[in-house]
Parts: sequence; C-alpha cells; structure tokens
Amino acid sequence: MSVRRLAPQELQPESFAFTAENQAWAEKTIAKYPPGRQASAVIPLLMRAQEQAGGWLSEPAMRLVGDMLGMAPIRVYEVATFYTQFQLLPVGKRAHIQVCGTTPCMVRGAGDLINVCKRRIHEEPFHLSKSGDLSWEEVECAGTCVNAPMIQVWRDVYEDLTPEDLENILDAFERGETPKTGPQNGRRSSEPVTGLRVLTEASLYDGSMVGKGEGLAAALAAIAAAKAAAEAPAAEPAAAAAPPAPPKNDPAPAKPPVAEAVKAQGSADATGQAKPGADKPNGVKPS
Amino acid sequence: MAKIIVDDIEVEVPAEYTLLQACEAAGAEIPRFCFHERLSIAGNCRMCLVEVKGGPPKPTASCAMNVRDLRPGPNGEPPVVLTKSPMVKKAREGVMEFLLINHPLDCPICDQGGECDLQDQAMAYGVDTSRYAENKRAVEDKYIGPLVKTSMTRCIQCTRCVRFTTEVAGVAELGAIGRGEDMEITTYLEASLTSELQGNVVDLCPVGALTQRPYAYHARPWELVKTESVDVMDAVGSNIRVDTRGREVMRILPRLNEDVNEEWISDKTRYIWDGLKTQRLDRAYIRVGSRLRPASWPEAFAAIAAKVKATPANRIGALIGDLVSVEEAFAAKDLITRLGSANIDCRQDGVALDPSLGRASYLFNPTIAGIEDADALLIIGSDPRREASVLNARIRKRWLRGAFPIGLIGEAVDLTYTYDYLGAGTDTLSSLLEGGAFAEKLKGAERPLILIGQGALARADGAAVLALAAKLAESVGAVKEGWNGFAVLHTAASRVGALDVGAVPGQGGLDTGAMTAPGGVDVLFALGADEVDIAPGAFVVYLGTHGDRGAHRADVILPGAAYTEKSGTYVNTEGRAQLAARAAFPPGEAREDWAVLRALSDVLGQRLPYDSLAQLRAALYAAHPHLARIDHVEPADAAAVSRLAGFTGPLERTPFRAAVSEFYMTNPIARASAVMAECAALAKSRLAVAAE
Repeated sequence: MSVRRLAPQELQPESFAFTAENQAWAEKTIAKYPPGRQASAVIPLLMRAQEQAGGWLSEPAMRLVGDMLGMAPIRVYEVATFYTQFQLLPVGKRAHIQVCGTTPCMVRGAGDLINVCKRRIHEEPFHLSKSGDLSWEEVECAGTCVNAPMIQVWRDVYEDLTPEDLENILDAFERGETPKTGPQNGRRSSEPVTGLRVLTEASLYDGSMVGKGEGLAAALAAIAAAKAAAEAPAAEPAAAAAPPAPPKNDPAPAKPPVAEAVKAQGSADATGQAKPGADKPNGVKPS
Repeated sequence: MAKIIVDDIEVEVPAEYTLLQACEAAGAEIPRFCFHERLSIAGNCRMCLVEVKGGPPKPTASCAMNVRDLRPGPNGEPPVVLTKSPMVKKAREGVMEFLLINHPLDCPICDQGGECDLQDQAMAYGVDTSRYAENKRAVEDKYIGPLVKTSMTRCIQCTRCVRFTTEVAGVAELGAIGRGEDMEITTYLEASLTSELQGNVVDLCPVGALTQRPYAYHARPWELVKTESVDVMDAVGSNIRVDTRGREVMRILPRLNEDVNEEWISDKTRYIWDGLKTQRLDRAYIRVGSRLRPASWPEAFAAIAAKVKATPANRIGALIGDLVSVEEAFAAKDLITRLGSANIDCRQDGVALDPSLGRASYLFNPTIAGIEDADALLIIGSDPRREASVLNARIRKRWLRGAFPIGLIGEAVDLTYTYDYLGAGTDTLSSLLEGGAFAEKLKGAERPLILIGQGALARADGAAVLALAAKLAESVGAVKEGWNGFAVLHTAASRVGALDVGAVPGQGGLDTGAMTAPGGVDVLFALGADEVDIAPGAFVVYLGTHGDRGAHRADVILPGAAYTEKSGTYVNTEGRAQLAARAAFPPGEAREDWAVLRALSDVLGQRLPYDSLAQLRAALYAAHPHLARIDHVEPADAAAVSRLAGFTGPLERTPFRAAVSEFYMTNPIARASAVMAECAALAKSRLAVAAE
C-alpha cells in the first residue's frame, strides 16, 4: 500500500461519458437501490467506468459517477482511493499484470514473477512499459492459492506460473493476443498435480458396485448397531455388532466401522504410491 | 431509564445514553479524540475504551455502545463498567502509544501546543517513553483555504473535521482519502473550503493538524488574557472569548451557549480581529477644505458646538450604525432629545420596523433554540446562511432531523439544506395567503416558523410586506398560545437594542432616508453609520472606529472604541440582551463612545446626567427594565403581530433581495481586515466560476 492520488492533470482526459450500453446498465444498477440510497451503487459504477476507460479511473469519470448518484466529488474520491481495485493512474493498454504476492504465492515463487515484471515491464509498479502496452503491480491474495503462483489480468487469472510461463504470457499480450487463461501447467482446475489418487477404479462409475459394496454393508451394520445401542443402553454392552467401548484413557477417538472399511479400500488404492499421509483416513469420507 | 454501575457508583441514566455519557454522569472522566457531542459517532480513535463486565472480554469503545446494549448480571444486577481497571489503563496506554507512533514531536513549534488534547491526554493516560525506533510517517500538507492551515503529519485521523463540514456546515468538501496508515484528510483537488463556519474545524481538531492560518505563530495560549464577550458581526450575538496579549486582540474563539450559538461561530466572527488593528481612527479630525486635519478633542468639540449652536434643533439628526451598543444608542437618543430634535434613526438600511407596534413586531420571537421545536419553516427575503451563519446551522440541524418542510421566497441560494422554492417576490407571498401546497404544509404544522429577512423589509413597500407576513403567520396559526413563530431575522448587531430604546424618529422626526437626502438635516451625528450614503450639504460628525465610508464623508471625526474595546450591551435578533466586555483598550486618543457622547453633551450645553457607565446603565435600566435581564430573552407580547397584520399598503412586484450580498464585507471592521478581503476575493472568484 502506498499513498494513492489522482493522476496528474496532464494525464487526465478532458471528459468522460458512459457508452449508451453502459449508461443503460448503470441506470439499471442504480435502480436496484431504494430511493435515497443510490450512493450504494458507487462501486459497481466506478468499476464499470474503469473497465470502459481501459483499466483506470480518471477524475472526470469520478465526477460523472458522483453526479449520477448525487454524491459530492470528495465522497467518490474517498471510495476510489480506499479500494485498490480502482486504478488511479493509466495502466498498460494491453494488459495490467496484477501479481499476487501473498504468502501461498510468495512461497510458490511469486518473487520470481515480480522479477520478470520488473525486467520486462518497468522497475517500479504502476509504471507503463516503454511501449505503453503493459504495466504491473503486486496485489494481495486474489483467491486462487491452490494454483499459486498466479497473476490476474483484467478479469482473467493465469495460474500455476513459472517465470517462463509469464514470459510467454507477456509475449502474447505484446503481440496483441489473449493467452490461454487458467492454469498454465496442464491442470484443468485445482485437481492434484500428480493426478487422481483416490476413487479411480472404473467399477465405481459403471454401476457394477451398486448394492454390493462392502462399505454399504458395513454402513448398514453400523447404523443398526447404533440403533440397537440407543434402544438398549449400558445394560447390554456387547450388543450385536456394536464397537467395543473405548477405554477411558484411549487418546484415539472411537472410529465407526464404516471408516475402517473405507480406510481398507483407500490403503489398497494407495499401494505402491507411497504418498505420505495416505494411510491417515480420518479426512476421507465415504462418498 | 436504566441503572448502571460505573466504578462502584450506581447511576440511573436514559437507556439511549452511550457508555461514555453514562460514565460522565457518574463522574468518571473518559478521554476521547474522535467523539464529539454535536457530531455523529465515528468510534475510530479507541481512546475511550472501558471495561464492561458481562460484555465481551475485551475493552469496549464507550462512545459507540449504548447503555441499553449491556446485559445485566446473572441475578439481575445492573451492568458494570470499569474505567479505572488495569485493563482500561493498559488499553489507554496502548492506544496512546499507537497514536503517538506517527505523531511528530514538534509540540514546541506547534500552534496547538498548550491547548492540545493529544498533549494533555498523553500526559494523563500515556506512558513516558517511546519504544518506536522506526521512521515516522510524513504526510503532505494540503491547502484548504486562507483560514485553516494544515499540518497533516500531525493528524490522528479522528475525522471530526470531516464530520463537522458534512453534518453541521452542510458542505461535503472535506474527506478522508486512502486507507490505513495512508489515510489523509483533504478537500477534493485541494480546493478551498466554501463554508462560512469552516473556522470551527480548528477548534474541533484535537491536535495541531488544523490550525488558524491568520493566527499562525502569533502567540501561545498561556500568554493570552481571555475575556468573555459577545460578537457583533451579525445579529445572532454569538458568545465569544476574546484573547488578547497586551493591547492587541490575538484571536477570537467561540464560547458555549446552547441557546445562541451552541459552540460554533462564523468565520467573520472568528477572523475579524486583524481588522481591529488597521484603518483605525486613533485621533480626532476636522475637515478643512477637502482634507481632514488631525485635531485635538477640544478643537473637534468646539467645531461641533459652533455648528450645532448655529443650527435650529429640527435640523439636527443622528444615525445609529450597525455596531453600536445599546448604551450608546440610548445616550445618543437622550442627547438628540435634549437638543430638541426628534431626528434619530437606527435603521440605516431603511427597513420598515416600528417599535411603537410592540416588541414582537421586530423580534425573532420563536428564539434561536426554538428553531429546533418548529415543524415547518417559510423564509421570506432572506439568506440566513450569509446573514446569520450560525443560525442557519441550527435550521440545518432541525432539517436533518426530518419532517421539516422549508419554503423560500426570495433569491434561490444554496442554504446547505433543500427547500421548496416558492417564488421571488410579493406576488408569491400574497398567493401563499390564499392557499396552495406550501400554505397547507404551514397550516398542517404544529409550530410553523415564518422567517422574514431584512431584504424583504428594506424596500419602499417594506411595511406592507411585514404586514403581509404577519397576516400569513396569523392565518397559518404561527402565533398562538405557547408559540410565536413570527421571526424577524436581523443582520445588524445594534438594531434590536436600538429599537428597544426607541432610537427611531419621534413626533415629526426624520428617518434615515429623509436625513441623508439632500437638504435633509444640517448637522448629522453618525454613530458608526457606514452603510449609508449621506448627501452633500449636511455637516457630518462621525463617531466611529474605522476610516471607512462614514469617516470619508465626515466633517468632524471623533475616534471611538470597537466592540472589543468597550463594555456594552447588545441585544440579539431574538431579543436577548448580552454584555460585551472590554478585552483591550481603544487605540491612541480614541475613547469609549458613551464617554465621547457624554463629553460632547457638556460642550453642547446639554449635559447628559451620567458620569459613569454604571450611572448610564442605571438610567437605561430604569427606562427599559428588560435590558437589565442579561442573557435572558424577554418574551414579547404576541398581540403586536396581530396589530401588524391589520396594516395594508401597496405592494411592489420587484423580487426580494437578500440583505447580505458579500458575507465577508458587511461592516467597517470586516472591510479593514486583510483576511476578510482574501476570503471575499475567493468567494467572488468562486461565484464567477459558478456563473460560467
């Protein structure tokens, strides 16, 4: 965070007006709020103005939004300087690279991405590249920590980046293309990088297991046992299939039989993969 | 009412009280920075933390929690608040340490030093050392106008100034931009503030971030002698404190008076003081040919006596200016009467107010505090924002509470609140009498208020307009048992007092227009009469303070004392007599005006029978007992309004003009002030920009 001010006068456009389409949208947005509460629409309107103006918010645009909502200019200015999503300086014409630098991304190499930006775009954030096509800044968490490190450009995210990936993306932007969005390492979303490790047998999905699974039988037995235990408390501790009551000082929690069954299956799946922690079934739920 | 135990003291307070108010009711002192009684609650300084039993196990900001929000004890005991517990002490020390992290240690060169909330509270609630070794934050200073100087590094972001300008002054110009450590107080694009009440942000600022620009580096608070007095820049009679060092007035600050100005004063009241030092008349002058020659008192008196003795009594007259105290008006009237003349007038602008109809016909009858009880308002020919800024803030306060229809007849100006614009002149006023949407609103109101400005009365048809307004007040039920909503808003501090003592033409006497017209009178005593043109011909004796319009026209100038240099009674627009005290001495050979009149009367052979101010006051109080009841509003008999309503006269169709067009230039002291001149130039340029 640093002090955020309006762009200097020479960078400010003469005027700003919404396009007809955005104007209609703005009026609809304002109408969502009850009379006297129109000021609530300030953030969506500013955001739309920013998108229309190529990614940054000029003084005439703020003034226009203020006039549309009956707000004093200073009130709009307060909002625009408070939220870092509003860019107060012109940004790259083709892309404004927002590199996430929060802990997960930082641990996964956001620093290298920032170095690429510094080398390729400008030493300082919020400055345009020589061509004026690119600019960058470091932002706080953009919410795709599972795919760290990442950058955000306009409304798109580019995830699982290496410095080389970022170079390629910047190249593409410079050529005027829009690179492929999302993870850059072949993932489709946030599935494990190493591929699926559980629930992989075909029989789970072809219907052959329906009504036959050991797990189901075990679950039914457990439900019956729980019912029986509830009906005949304490008096008959060794009832049917009820699990033995845990010793008082046993640190391990009592595990229902169903979990044991799933554990058995999970361990079978994991055989040979030797993934650490794969034999801790506590977090696995029968699906 | 709810019971609450504060530090073992059980008190019963209204349930809507905040914990802070409840603690104060119990006698506990709670430090605060952002909280202010007259502003909305922000709760951002955290200095008012207290410990609440039964509440969350952490310190609570007492300014932002109500007594009714607290839970009682398990057996129904009242909730318990601790203000002296170890937790509270630690919390205060922590908050203070954070506040001081970025606060510069420049108290020795800070104008707030010695009267700084942060300084005082750091002494009382802080720790004595700093653990902070890093660099402090620095903030750029902002230009927010010629009156308020900024030193934003000192700002602790309490946002009192933002809340004051938005809520009380009604101009949303100051704001807090950025966030967190980078939050800064500024105006949009660093434009000057446009409010007439902006000086109050300096008083509100708990640190030295906003200080008075004209007073910058002039004096230290402990060097100043403080005198409680009354303001004369408008007819509100704001209570002020005049701070002097030696003979010099160094600054003027507001004094709390809930019935008049609460704790605000207008910028003209506050920043007028440099006008008290320039353009002053410090000795007598006599006109010789076209030039004014310095003269001694006896010379000047002799010149006057020679002229007066050669003039028939009915060719002598007196004008009472806008800054004259009641005592002087009384003495002047006494002198003129003794000289055998009935030509005296205090209405320089020629307004049609006649004290013979009764006091209610020229007072702001509902009283200023009564504005808050009104439930509908009609403004006729007035711009209260410029004529009485503090009173306008009161109207705005009432308007903010809602259910307060306001109508305006006259110039459509920005009053900081919305109103129905009904029309420009007498036609609209007449039509309102016949009915209409707004007339219905007034009729439907329990306590309607009809506010008549001097602009509507300073016309040829002023008397008819006043009568029409009175008729309207009667017809909408503004005058009834327990409520008199007929309100005349004055602009001159002297006016009500002078009307009270009857400084108006007697039987066969001439009024201002007749006296100042060519061939009106031969000798004219002008007591600080600077707002009127006197035609050539008359021999003008000007008794006043500044080399202004009146002095330029004068044939003999007698130097008088300004309002900070004499003790005098001023009656404000609601009829409240208040005493102004002497804070400094008049410059040079200038003397208090009543003493000048007394000495002059001796020379003229009509000695006034009082040798001291006390004797003068005794005579005044004997003639007008209500003036002896200082700080008290003597309710006027509402029958005067009915008498007024009976009058009819021809009406002109010209639109009403507000009485004050240039807020910063309304009197000779203001016109001598460089600060006021700068403000006036700024206002004019803003007007020019707005007109484009």
